[in-house]
Amino acid sequence: MTSEVPVELGLPGLRGVPTAEEKQTKKDFTSDQEVRWCPGCGDYAILAAVQGFLPELGLRRENITFVSGIGCSSRFPYYLDTYGMHSIHGRAPAIATGLAASRPDLSVWVVTGDGDALSIGGNHLLHALRRNVNLTILLFNNRIYGLTKGQYSPTSELGKITKSTPMGSLDHPYNPVSLALGAEATFVARTIDSDRAHLTSVLRAAAAHRGTSLVEIYQNCNIFNDGAFDALKDRETREDVLVRLEDGQPVRFGADLDKGIRRDPVTGALEVCAADDPLVLVHRPGADDPSQAFALSRLSDPGSLARTPIGVFRSVQQPTYDDLMTGQLEQAVETQGPGDLGALLRGRDTWEVA
Amino acid sequence: MVKLVERLDRVIIRFAGDSGDGMQLTGDRFTSETASLGNDLATLPNFPAEIRAPAGTLPGVSSFQVHFADHDILTPGDAPDVLVAMNPAALKANLPDVPKGATLIVDTDGFTARALAKVGYPSDPLADGSLESYKVHAVDLTGLTMEALKEFGLTRKEAGRAKNMFALGLLSWMYGRPVEGTLSFLETKFARQPAIRDANLAAFRAGWNYGETTEDFAVSYEVRPAPMPAGRYRNITGNLALSYGLVTASQRSGLPLFLGSYPITPASDILHELARHKRFGVRTFQAEDEIAGIGAALGAAFGGSLGVTTTSGPGVALKSETIGLAVSLELPLIVVDVQRGGPSTGLPTKTEQSDLLQAMFGRNGEAPVPIVAPCSPADCFDVALEATRIALTYRTPVFLLSDGYLANGAEPWRVPEVDDLPDLRVEFATEPNGEAGEFLPYLRDPRTLARPWAVPGTPGLEHRIGGIEKADRTGNISYDPDNHDHMVRLRQAKVDGIDVPPLEVDDPGAQARVLVLGWGSTYGPIGAAVRRVRLAGRDVAQAHLRHLNPLPANTGKVLRSYDRVLLPEMNLGQLALLLRARFLVDVVSYTQVRGLPFKAEELAGVIEDVIK
Repeated sequence: MTSEVPVELGLPGLRGVPTAEEKQTKKDFTSDQEVRWCPGCGDYAILAAVQGFLPELGLRRENITFVSGIGCSSRFPYYLDTYGMHSIHGRAPAIATGLAASRPDLSVWVVTGDGDALSIGGNHLLHALRRNVNLTILLFNNRIYGLTKGQYSPTSELGKITKSTPMGSLDHPYNPVSLALGAEATFVARTIDSDRAHLTSVLRAAAAHRGTSLVEIYQNCNIFNDGAFDALKDRETREDVLVRLEDGQPVRFGADLDKGIRRDPVTGALEVCAADDPLVLVHRPGADDPSQAFALSRLSDPGSLARTPIGVFRSVQQPTYDDLMTGQLEQAVETQGPGDLGALLRGRDTWEVA
Repeated sequence: MVKLVERLDRVIIRFAGDSGDGMQLTGDRFTSETASLGNDLATLPNFPAEIRAPAGTLPGVSSFQVHFADHDILTPGDAPDVLVAMNPAALKANLPDVPKGATLIVDTDGFTARALAKVGYPSDPLADGSLESYKVHAVDLTGLTMEALKEFGLTRKEAGRAKNMFALGLLSWMYGRPVEGTLSFLETKFARQPAIRDANLAAFRAGWNYGETTEDFAVSYEVRPAPMPAGRYRNITGNLALSYGLVTASQRSGLPLFLGSYPITPASDILHELARHKRFGVRTFQAEDEIAGIGAALGAAFGGSLGVTTTSGPGVALKSETIGLAVSLELPLIVVDVQRGGPSTGLPTKTEQSDLLQAMFGRNGEAPVPIVAPCSPADCFDVALEATRIALTYRTPVFLLSDGYLANGAEPWRVPEVDDLPDLRVEFATEPNGEAGEFLPYLRDPRTLARPWAVPGTPGLEHRIGGIEKADRTGNISYDPDNHDHMVRLRQAKVDGIDVPPLEVDDPGAQARVLVLGWGSTYGPIGAAVRRVRLAGRDVAQAHLRHLNPLPANTGKVLRSYDRVLLPEMNLGQLALLLRARFLVDVVSYTQVRGLPFKAEELAGVIEDVIK
């Protein structure tokens, strides 16, 4: 079973980006570079989904730019025939912010990983989210460092045994969705590399959102952390573990949708209940108050992944940084007139020497 | 009472008080009045990093020195002719710089036993005879100000705060400064606080009238306008000139200006200034940190903006990796480093030239970056245009090394005509450049070795760039040994080949055997020292480097044409190290790192010693 995420009509996130005159195909977005991820890597599925989905947006290819940091995921831009920049570790959100804020006619995407976005680049991610720049950030979370060959990452489960932590990691992992909601991100979603339909529907909703969209994509690293998300992928068990969030629908899960999630009226904590419990939560990603979205982000068990919600946690409209910046420039011209360089240089306090 | 007017050719005044006393504002206003009279001038603000250091203490003293003359001058002056001291701490901290015979104007209000003890005066210097060799005017500036403002219904504290305007009024009278500018400044500044506005205006006028009527000040002075090339002039600080230079570079290149910056002393004023010019299409982005500041600027440069980041030494350290990325991406980017004392936090509000080697080498790998440095506050304007020319022509990050002395110091600037300014227009790539109709993002212009600048939104030129080594021409990822060797040498050759004007030498008699070389803000003190040495009848040549990477092609030849080359620097000999390594010339390095510019008299002595 897959779920569809509703798309807002008119794709406000892409307003101002010129559209293509001719219909595009996946091939149009495939570069001539050989893809060099390890065979079996979850990144292939994400690449295929993105290449397959971009034509659907109908944008001019030259007005799409992908910016990445460092890590396996950050090789992504090389494989897309759009404009792209493979930058330095952790800094892609900052670079993309400058690009998006100065070029309203571009659709700007950031591709990053759990180490890139949450460790070395954590600060930039937080500030991109709170600023609400018109960017779509794809965070490939494989809960491990791949390109440096297998150290634990800031999303690795506590006690993770890796080359750098032979007796188990000591630091508590981040939950990227909780982090993004804490930074008051206006669009936060989670999806899985292997669920093409769900992945595509989340990408569509993220692209449609005007402002910073954060999409956490659970991605399998078959070399250093194989099977990290098997609990969510195993056909036998996954429906007992995945909680599919759908706008306006009760939060229910289980093979027969026999379980629900409700809030304990006394403690406020979320708990599993019967599907027909009158207190079952109704998912409202558009609610201004992020409390319920945050509570849902805390639902899953970081070790076993039991009760893992996927889908759009939050999607609210707020003014974007780049639109506001452009607005200030326009307002300055409206109220003061366009800049006159000669007058600026002369200033108001000059004297003449004959 | 008719008072004597004595004519002087130049005067150095230093205003000193607590860091909350408004000494910088007082100095600024006196400077503006002086500029509008047409004197040549140079200023030296000097203040602690603390915003309001504990009152009445030596570390809390803030001062502003202004040197003005009826002729061309180069420095803010070595030693004040007049010290205005608003409290015992200001007197004690500044007196060692004041030569005997100079004038002291001291606010007696603060000379209480407690305040004297706080700064370690065993007895009152105004009463114990220790100031006998100075012309002392002990004036109760605070008391007179409060008396003048008693009708205004202000608290004692509020009234007392206007004492700086009383002092300004008094000094304005002493030196016959035009007052209209200060009056209209106060009108505007306090337009929304009429009581404060009226109090400041009244205090200013009271100070002027006090000078005119009291017998304590029997003489006033006149310093006539200095002859300068014809034109329209204004007074300008280095940071303001740099900001205007960047706006001008944007206008002359036709590229929108994008500044990504994080606040840091002494560079923040450039961010503040550029934030005011949105109607010129200037976007200013106050980033979450230094790295994001330059990252956003580089992102904007990728999109076709004139990307700029402004910072000081500690910020450069954080930006290093991104500068390396810009070297690899070969995108235009301007990195302004307003240098301050280091290492680490160092002396945030003091000047130094100690980031030269950081700018030159402070990156991993072979990552050459062009470096330019202004030599005076007004020169910051021209150097901003020059940095832009190099960045745009050669598609490279460029360092602009200003410093705290240039940033906050001021001098008269002849306002240029816009049409006379350089044309910096640049062409983006619009068509494929490969033989098979493909786009080769690293195919170079054979003359400049610059690669094409193809901005997103250009159909058919979609391409990917990154920090991984790129194959020549295609820009695709390449780990090929020969390609890497080739690309490293190409990037170096591109910077080495930048068109830089030759180094000009000022050697009037063509007899000099000693050359004094400098770079950056030492231009003023070196020039003043060279004048002194020449006035004493000795020959000495002077040259000043604006381009530090690459150096002018004739640099080695110039160095070898003199028996000795003296190189004063406000670091421990960074340029001297480079020149020795590069040209095998045994440059005489003279260095100081006191957080203050060199004094002309001292440098003149050093030059004399080298000549002998």
